[in-house]
Amino acid sequence: MPDSVLIANRGEIARRVIRTCRRLGVRAVAVYSEADAELPFVAEADEAVLIGPAQAKLSYLNTGAILDAARRTGAASLHPGYGFLAENAEFAAQVIDAGLTWIGPSPEAIERMGDKIRARNLMADAGVPVAEGATEPVADVDAAVALAKQIGYPVMIKAAAGGGGIGMSEAADEQALRSGFETARSRAERFFASPAILLERYIAAARHVEVQILGLADGRVVALGERDCSVQRRHQKVAEETPSPGVDQALRERMLAAAIRAGEAVGYRGAGTVECLVDTHTGEFVFLEMNTRLQVEHPVTEMVTGIDLVEQQLRVADGLDANFDVSSISASGHALELRIYAEDPVRFLPSPGPITQWREPVGEGIRVDSGYAAGNVVTPHYDPLLAKLVLHAADRPGALALARQAVEDFVITGLKTNLAFHADLLNSEEFGSGDYDTSVVNRLRSLGGAR
Amino acid sequence: MTEVRAEMVANVWKVVAVEGDNVADGDTLVILESMKMEIPVVAEGAGKLTRLAVAEGDVIQEGDLIAVIE
Repeated sequence: MPDSVLIANRGEIARRVIRTCRRLGVRAVAVYSEADAELPFVAEADEAVLIGPAQAKLSYLNTGAILDAARRTGAASLHPGYGFLAENAEFAAQVIDAGLTWIGPSPEAIERMGDKIRARNLMADAGVPVAEGATEPVADVDAAVALAKQIGYPVMIKAAAGGGGIGMSEAADEQALRSGFETARSRAERFFASPAILLERYIAAARHVEVQILGLADGRVVALGERDCSVQRRHQKVAEETPSPGVDQALRERMLAAAIRAGEAVGYRGAGTVECLVDTHTGEFVFLEMNTRLQVEHPVTEMVTGIDLVEQQLRVADGLDANFDVSSISASGHALELRIYAEDPVRFLPSPGPITQWREPVGEGIRVDSGYAAGNVVTPHYDPLLAKLVLHAADRPGALALARQAVEDFVITGLKTNLAFHADLLNSEEFGSGDYDTSVVNRLRSLGGAR
Repeated sequence: MTEVRAEMVANVWKVVAVEGDNVADGDTLVILESMKMEIPVVAEGAGKLTRLAVAEGDVIQEGDLIAVIE
């Protein structure tokens, strides 16, 4: 186990990593921007270093300032969290070159999975199903139209280097593809510094189901169950659950086996996630992408397995065996995560601002991973995630009942939040039945009618 | 005369329209960025853009004036 960890992140995930460090007696070093000085994670770390102004590129993406903070505090290892530098292979290599332990997979594994086109090809070679689509970057709009004719509409246009739903759009016909292609290209360039575009067959009615894998120090890869992340707005997740109500035992076994093959194909070490789409009509699944880091929604897996994924990350990074029985991983009960965002609950527009009241629900089966407290100001500089409300009960109806009460008991005032959206979701027939897909939010909002 | 005001705290990412333009209903005037999301601000009605009160890189507060259309 490393004796100290620098956390190159902010908000709820910095706080969550600190919590495991505390429990294990590992010294936690936080880095923060000027905008975040008052947030709980800064106070809760054993040491905190100011690394720059609010803009992420001058602070949380400022590799020089972060490595300097690691040197000055004598940190032995670095945890990147998610987002920011977590999937930056070049940064991972710099961390290793600076003599620190990188808490994540090798720079080579990050690199091979970072490009969605290359990752697709690699997965197809490893026998993991992929959607029909491009095997190389689509050169221009005419090439896109030609390819779409081959694979058939509708198609999904994606930034090959992308993530977080940015630069993604679906096209039902040639006209939509022509306009969507140019938009996707300019966004890809701006957000990911690469104009490479991927085109693949779009599955209209699908569930987004992902598998948590853990690459062990001895080279074995194990799977820790799936998470259903079909509740999305703007291609970004809003609620997740495990087990998936849309995956039966036979499909689960096939998906977990494919995820293990995916991890083995890149010599994966540490925690990673293999994202797939499950076609609700055919029951078949295809590989979407692999996230080479800890996932936002990792707590639902922790709740049902009892395994602390951050602890396992620290162990693997230091060459230690897992401290749970990897040959009989079992899950008990049902877990649900609701992402509480600073946004209005109808149009989902961002709503930064000061927090006047903050009261979290407490009780058996309730876990809150939050980044803020009363008196903090939520700034427009970073993503809108305020907290993750995680519920665990013996079965799905129990988890839903617990969630309804917890949403009601969660008090956040001073800015708009999507708590009211979660109340609607939990009370909706579609989500309640478990028989939903990635369009559930759109259906819920058009049913609601309000604008 | 219509005043276009900011709905939230945001950074001005792109100024699309030019002062003096004749704009149509739904035309994008500026694109704001807040919490990693792009938010286009559009004209709610046709007219002449007589004032554009923001520049790229500005940080604006909720309620701040963005543009005037007459």
